[in-house]
Parts: sequence; structure tokens; C-alpha cells
Amino acid sequence: MTNETSTENKIDNVIEERMTIEPDQTGEAVPAVAEAPGVIETKDMSVFYGDFRAVADVSLNFGRNQISALIGPSGCGKSTVLRSLNRMNDLVATARTEGEVHYHGQNIYAEGVDPVEVRRTIGMVFQKPNPFPKSIHDNIAWGAKVNGFKGSKTDMADLVQEALEAAALWDEVKDKLQESGYSLSGGQQQRLCIARAIATKPDVILMDEPCSALDPIATLRIEELMLELKENYSIIIVTHNMQQAARVSDKTAFFNVKLNDTGMRTGRLVEYSPTEQLFTSPNEKDTEDYITGRFG
Amino acid sequence: MSIEAPERPTQTSFPTETEYAGQLGRRQRKAVVFKFFCLAMLTIAVLALATLLYTIINDSFGLVAVVNQNDPDQIVADLGYDPATTGLQDLPYDELVGLLEANVSSGVGRRLERDQRFYEDRLVFEDDATWAEICSSDAPPTGCTAAPRDQSNVYALVQERVVVADVIASYPLVPSLLNPETFEEDVAAGFEAGRFPDYQPEQAFIEWRAWFNPTFLTTPQSSTPEVAGIRTAILGSAWLVLITILFAVPVGVGAAIYLVEYARPTRLNDFIQTNINNLAGVPSIIYGMLGLAIFVRVLEPFTSGAMFTTGVPPSDNGRTIVAAGLTLGLLTLPVVIISAQEALKSVPDSLRHAGLALGATRWQTVRSQIIPVALPGILTGTILAVARAVGETAPLILVGAASFITTDPSGPFSKFTALPIQIFQWTSFPQQEFHNLAAAASIALLLLLLTLNAVAVILRNRYSRRAE
Amino acid sequence: MTAETQMKTDPGGGPFRKRPRPGELAIRGFLFFCGVLSIATTIGIVYELGKESFLFFGDEEVSFVEFFTSTVWQPQVGGFGIWPLILGTLYISFIAMIVAIPIGLAAAIYLSEYASNRVRGFFKPVLEILVGIPTVVYGFFALTFMTPVLRSIFGTSVVDFFNVLSAGIVVGILIVPLISSLAEDALRAVPDSLRQAAYALGASKLEVSMRVVVPAALSGIAAGIVVAMSRAVGETMVVTLAAGASPRNFTLGQDPFFGYILNPFEGAQAMTGYVAITANGDLSYNTIDYNSIFAIGLTLFFMTLGLNSLSRRFVKRFQQVYE
Repeated sequence: MTNETSTENKIDNVIEERMTIEPDQTGEAVPAVAEAPGVIETKDMSVFYGDFRAVADVSLNFGRNQISALIGPSGCGKSTVLRSLNRMNDLVATARTEGEVHYHGQNIYAEGVDPVEVRRTIGMVFQKPNPFPKSIHDNIAWGAKVNGFKGSKTDMADLVQEALEAAALWDEVKDKLQESGYSLSGGQQQRLCIARAIATKPDVILMDEPCSALDPIATLRIEELMLELKENYSIIIVTHNMQQAARVSDKTAFFNVKLNDTGMRTGRLVEYSPTEQLFTSPNEKDTEDYITGRFG
Repeated sequence: MSIEAPERPTQTSFPTETEYAGQLGRRQRKAVVFKFFCLAMLTIAVLALATLLYTIINDSFGLVAVVNQNDPDQIVADLGYDPATTGLQDLPYDELVGLLEANVSSGVGRRLERDQRFYEDRLVFEDDATWAEICSSDAPPTGCTAAPRDQSNVYALVQERVVVADVIASYPLVPSLLNPETFEEDVAAGFEAGRFPDYQPEQAFIEWRAWFNPTFLTTPQSSTPEVAGIRTAILGSAWLVLITILFAVPVGVGAAIYLVEYARPTRLNDFIQTNINNLAGVPSIIYGMLGLAIFVRVLEPFTSGAMFTTGVPPSDNGRTIVAAGLTLGLLTLPVVIISAQEALKSVPDSLRHAGLALGATRWQTVRSQIIPVALPGILTGTILAVARAVGETAPLILVGAASFITTDPSGPFSKFTALPIQIFQWTSFPQQEFHNLAAAASIALLLLLLTLNAVAVILRNRYSRRAE
Repeated sequence: MTAETQMKTDPGGGPFRKRPRPGELAIRGFLFFCGVLSIATTIGIVYELGKESFLFFGDEEVSFVEFFTSTVWQPQVGGFGIWPLILGTLYISFIAMIVAIPIGLAAAIYLSEYASNRVRGFFKPVLEILVGIPTVVYGFFALTFMTPVLRSIFGTSVVDFFNVLSAGIVVGILIVPLISSLAEDALRAVPDSLRQAAYALGASKLEVSMRVVVPAALSGIAAGIVVAMSRAVGETMVVTLAAGASPRNFTLGQDPFFGYILNPFEGAQAMTGYVAITANGDLSYNTIDYNSIFAIGLTLFFMTLGLNSLSRRFVKRFQQVYE
């Protein structure tokens, strides 16, 4: 992986993910389990980086107040899919999205939609905790202020406390809100980032491998937190840890990548089912192979 | 179009959807304005550079109104040559010297000869006895030992003292190209207003003049702007560069090798490092003061050349090339050290370990493994540092660059002038012609720097590609 | 062990005893000497400047107190207060910073946050060229372009031939690359994950740049600004050519503040200008004029030393922010 520009880093991250479809499928992308449209629904979405098609024809329906997990081997496009849900891919100069992504029925990729607005209600937590070099209080207040928070200082203090409580961090930091965000441990920093995301009152929280940089105990705390948060938010999480997906998610989507005839490695959605079903009796052979560790 | 979230909790502290939409519009507009502001600032910087280059080029070429006191063509014809085929500069050397003999007072002629002779084997203005006498005195003039004048040198003299071309007005390049008639009108108006009391309007003619031309580079300095050139200055600068390199490169690279390869993190070595970083930021004029106090004054017996009896005539004080070169060397030293350090540090430790593991001494490792790899970087850094030294003026002023000198420097112990000093002086004169000269000299200096930098960049690219 | 190795281990002891290597020692000594030469330079500067300054203050016409308190610099009549010269230097540097900070910082932000690699590849060399042009050429530029332009904008009755504004603007242009390159390095060192986090919270590009990235890079930016200031203070040729040779002598409380003391349209000699002009004239050793330039030089040395140390402290802080 090069270190030259962040853009290149992003592409490298994304190129890891690849997918394909079973030859004896009915030729359609696997549809979600039939149910009412969820909070976010993708329709035949493909993401390109220049000419390279990173992920193809993804149609998924993410339920409200549920935790949905995206799993799959390296390079299968799961992070790309996640980042397209709040238009973070727009930050990559060569990225292009085809198809539609509906949030509460509206296509967020339609003409005239401002990605800044999209990200207000669809928040994100990243793989490596990335608090701002500001105080704990300011970390959380920043998002609210930028989005036009017009309350008084006490209102803000209340908001900060609310967010930290929801992130199960309040007790640990309530006496040191003015200290730098960097003074916290890795697990605490990640919870701070979750609190920061919550402070803008989003509807959906996207999490891109939120625990992979943390130790097992911190990971466990975050997983507990996720289960609490799903009462008020819809969570979509990318994870390379199958056990984690099995532990926390309600539904799981399995992506896979294979070389196609033009030599490109494009990721595709293989299966999207309720978690228990996917892990005990998956519909597709590839899914079963992945779960049982035959590849990945 | 805005994204609606039907179940979004309403909070009094957050803006309503309509408020938010309005704010978003404003925020995005501000973002666009900000982006263009930053781009505009960047463009201003580029424009400033362009304007500077434009100013220099504009003043280096253009129309001039000239009056010749003696017409060159007439002079040539009077000597029996055909003016249509032979220009004044094409006349044989002897004819040119003859012209000087005929038109210059004996006092001036003797002075010219004492500065620099016309012939190796005979004297023109002086008689042999007097010449032998003054040359064996305690302070012989430069003409006793300097090489005799050449064609371009004497031609310049003829121009200056026989033809006496006088530029009475000059016009910058762009106006000369766009509306030359305005210049003619200005000159005519100038005559009417009595600005040129010494001449008649019929005597003046308008011609194109390139103040920066090849002759400019080979003609020595002169007090008459029409014939002044920068040869003396270029040679002075060349000598300075030589001495600067001879001093700064071995000492600088040596210090860098010591600091990177040998020095352990002791207090003394840290202090040396901090010290060097400080020195790199000291204004150049202070180095000039140091040079003045030490090299010119304290070390006068050395820098004036009195210690050496190599046949090079010593100057009467320490304001010589050597003093200035050492001063510039001190100025360049911290920069050379720092860039050599960078080059050495970028050599991977694995090379050092490999060498030492084979039982080589530190110096053997450094000499045969490290230095060859770091050499391109060191060279690049040195060239860039020297390029900066070439453009320095303040230290030279302090160390006593001569305010007016027309003879080429004969050795490290002669008085000197340098390109930047020349530009400085010509800029400080009020007459427009001197500004033209300053502009032309600036072009020469910039071209020199461009070459040095280009060499450094080529070196860096070639060797960095090879290293991969 | 070969016979050769056995010979080499001769000086008593076992096979790995240290043997004297005089050549190695000599080389190491020479290299150490080169390093120490740099200390000698600093000592030389301080000593020489100090010695001549001491002579200067020792002269009966000059008093130490007067030097640092008087606001009149007129050597011909025995006035040796340094404040007019410091006023000249600081005023020109101040104007230079007003010009250079917005241009340098905005340029750095654009190059770091907005520009593609190609655009950056074009503009960065241009900025490098700006700092490589000899200052005497800038002085020429100030005198032959900037001053006439100012005079045509504001009128020749308002703007003197020598004026502080022209010198200040040109010095400002000269130091833009110092700010922009340090600031750009600092901005680019801010990890991209911070920008991503800010975008993910629904911030516009302006908000991300100015409210996350720039604050995070602040110490590097500060370092650049201080370095530029130090350079402006030590700048000689532009101020000598364009700001003139008359010190702006003033009396606080008597002279109009904006009409005279802070008038940018008149000339004001700077410390460096004074030294250059004096040294360029006839200068005999140990006259009061000769010694005075060293006193001024010593003051200048400490000013720039202070600024440079400050800047290095900022750089250290900027390097430590990200663990």
C-alpha cells in the first residue's frame, strides 16, 4: 500500500474487496428478503473508480432500528458499499456511482442533492478512532455547531452529556471534558467518535470495521453499545470478523469477489439473510464456504 | 432538494428543516467564495513573479535616442575604410589605438596605460624610462603586470572617448513595440522644453538598443552607461564562487559527515547542531560584518596578499576577493552542512551496518559506501547553496566591494566587484540609462542562477532515478 | 587465524583488543574540527559584534541609555537613539507580514486541500522561484515598478520617492514562499482521517479546512510565519534601495501619530539599511560610524536569534501533536 496520497490509500482499501455471483443463480442480483422498504435501500448500485468497477448491482434493504452487517473476504467491496451510503465516496476524485440509493424513499444520488446534507443524518464511525485534536467537549460539540446548533452553552453541555451517555462514556470522562481527545485509550476514543456521530442526531450510523483497531475487551464494550444504540438508530456495520457479525447483527449481507472475464475483480452481493439463517443454513455455496473458513 | 427524515426528533436547539436548508445554501456559497479567494491569492503570487520578470525585461530592451559627438561612420571613412562594409569595431587593433592616441589627452592616456597596457612590447603614452621606474617602485600600478588590453576593451574605450555616444532618452520594451511614435514625440518635446541643452534636435537619432547583448557580457565596467558592461563583475563573481566552494564544501561536508556518522548524542554535539540551525537563519548582513571585522581587518596581512610574494601584487588593504570569498563561504556553510546532513541521513542504515559488519572502520565504510550514495544529494545541496551565495549583495557591501573598478581581477588578492553589487549601484543612480543597465545585469544574474538551479535539478533527477 | 591477523592483534591482550588507528583518529579529528568551526563562527559573530559595540558605547558621544531610549538617530549631531531605525525595520516588516500572511496561507491551503497533483506541480516551483530571486533584483523592482505604481495610484504629492509601503510590499512578496511552504507541509501532515471524520459529520469543505485542518496545523503555520518575520527583519537590499536613507526621527506625544510616525508613504531607514549605506561610504576603522554599525548589528542579531528560536519551538510542537 502506498503512502502517497489519501486518495490512493482509499482506492487501495477499496480494491481489496471483490465479489461475484454463482453461475446457477437466476441472473438477478440477490434481492433482500421481501419486506417493507427499510431506512436505506440500494437499487442496482455499482461503484466505479475510473474504469474499474469495484462493486456491481447491489440491491439491499436495510431495516429500521436494526443492525445490518456486511461481511466478505478482502477486496469484496463491502467498505465501498458502506461509504456509498453516505456519499463519502464523493471525496475520491475518480469515484462514480450508478444506480440509486434511497433514504426514506428519496434517492440521495439524485441531481441537486447536497452530500453535506446527506451526511448530517447518516453518520459514520471509522476503523481507526479519529477524534479531533480538540477537547472531549469540543469534539462532540463540533458536529452540532457546524450543523447550525443554536442552543445556549448549557444546551450544548446537555447535548454533550447526552451523547456521551448514549456512548457509554460519560462516567469515565465527565470530570475531564476539557482534556484532549487524545488523552483517552483506544477503546474510549472510539466511543468518543461514536458519541461525536450521535451528537448530530443522525438517523443511521454507519460503522466501518469499528473494532478492528481495538483490543477484545474494548471490542466487547462497543458491541454492547451497538445493541443499546439500535433502539434509537439504525446501524450498518462492515466487519471482517464473522463472529462479531453473528453476535450483534439482525441481518447479514455476504459479498464476494472473483475475477471476471475482462480481468477485473468486481465485488457482488451473494446473499442477504437474517443472521441466524445465514450462519446456520446459508442459501449459497459460496456463503457456506466462506463461513466455514474454506476461503477468505 | 433536501433530504427529509420523517421521524427525525425535533429539538429546539437544532435548526428546523427550513432553517437548515437556508443555512446549507449559505455555507456552500461561502465555501465556493473561500475556494476562489485561496486560488486568487495563489494567482497573485504568480502574478507578482511575472510582473517582476516583466519589469526586468521591459527595461532591458527598447528604443533609445542617441547623439554621437563624433559619427563612427565618419571616423571609419576618414581612416580610409568603407563604412558600408567596415564598422568601427572591425577596425584593426592598431587603428583603434591610433584613434585613442589622436583624441585623448596625454594625461588620460597615461592613466589608461597604467591601468592596463595596450601592447605587450611597446608603450603608447608613457616613455620607457618612467615606466620602468614606476614599475619597480613599492606600489606598482596594475598595468605593470596585468595582461594587455584586447580588441573589445579598446573598442569600448574608443566608443567612450572618441565617438562619445550619449543616450539622451530611453523607452521600455513594450511601449517601444506598441507605440514608438510616442517616444519620438517625447524626445521632440524634450528638446523644446530644453531638457537636452548640449545638443541640437538634428543630432539625435532613434534606434533600437538591446541593453542585454553578448557584448554587454564581455565589456568591462565603465562610468559611461552607453559602453558599460559586466565583464568585471562576472569575473569577480566567478572568483567569489570559486573561493566560496573551496572553503565551504570541504568544511561543510566534513562537518556534516561528523554530525551524522560519528557524533554521539552528547550535549556538545547537540549544541553544535542547534548552533548550525541558528546560523542558517542569521541575516546575511551580519555575516558581512563578521567578514569586515575579521577577514578584512584582523586578517589583513593574509587577505591583502602581503604575506605572499607570488608576483601577485597585494592590495593596500584587506578588501579583496579572498576576504569576500571567505565571508560568503561562512554564509554558505550552515546551508551546506544542513543539506549534506539530509543527504547522508537518507542513506539507509543497512549500508552502514553491512560495511561495519565486514570489519571495516567507520571511515572506510563512510568513504566507500555512504558518500558515493549520498553524493548526488550533497552535490545538489551544494549547488543550490552556492546559487544563493551568488545573489548575495549585503555581505559584499560590508566587506568592501569596490564602488567602481574597471580592470579584471588578476587574482584572489585584487579588489573586486560582483554582479549583485553592480546591479545595486546602477539601481541607485537616478538616470534612466543606469536603470536599463541594472535590468540587463539582472537578466544576466537570473540566467546564471537558472543554470545553476537547472543543473542541480537535473542531477537530482538523474541520480534519484538511478537509485531506485 | 591467519598470520596477518595475528600480527594485527599484537598489542598484548586477546584477539579483539582495540588497536590504535592513527589515520582513523586524524580523520575523525578533522571532521570534528569542521563541526566545531561552526561554533567558532557564532562565537566570532558575538565576539566581534560585541567588541566593536563596546567601543561604540565607550565613545564619549554615545551613551548606552541613550541608545535604547532615544528616538532620534542623527549621528552628525550626536544623536544615537536606535528607535527610529527599529521603527523603520518593524514597520516595513509589519507591512510585509500583512502582505505575505494572507497570500502565503491561502496559497498553502489551496495547494494542500484543493489542488490536484498536477496543479501543485506547477505552482510549487513557481513559489520556489520567488524565494530564489536575489534580493537586489527585488530592490530594483521596488524602485522601478512598485514605487511608480504607488505614486500613480495615490498621487505624487502623497507618496514620496522613498517610501516604506513600497519596500514593505516587495519584502512581503519575497517572503511569501517561506510561509506557504512551511504551512503547506503542516497542512498536509494533518492525517486524512480527521478530514473524513469532519465530512462524515456533515461539514462543508470550508468548514473542514478552516475549522479542523488549519487549527490542527497551527504550530507549523506559526513556525512559518515567524521564520518569514525573521527574514523580513534581516532583509537589506530592498529596504536600502526603496525605503531611503533618512531615519524617521520622532518624538512621542509631539509628532502626529498617523500623519508622521506611521505614515507609510514616506521613507524610513531600517537598521539593515543604515548598516549598508554607512559601510558603502567611506569608512575608516574605529570611527564612531564604523563602531555604530556593529552596535546596530548586535541588536539585529539578537532580534533574529529570538525569532528563529521561537520558530523552532513551534516546529517541535507541530511535530509532537500526532502520536
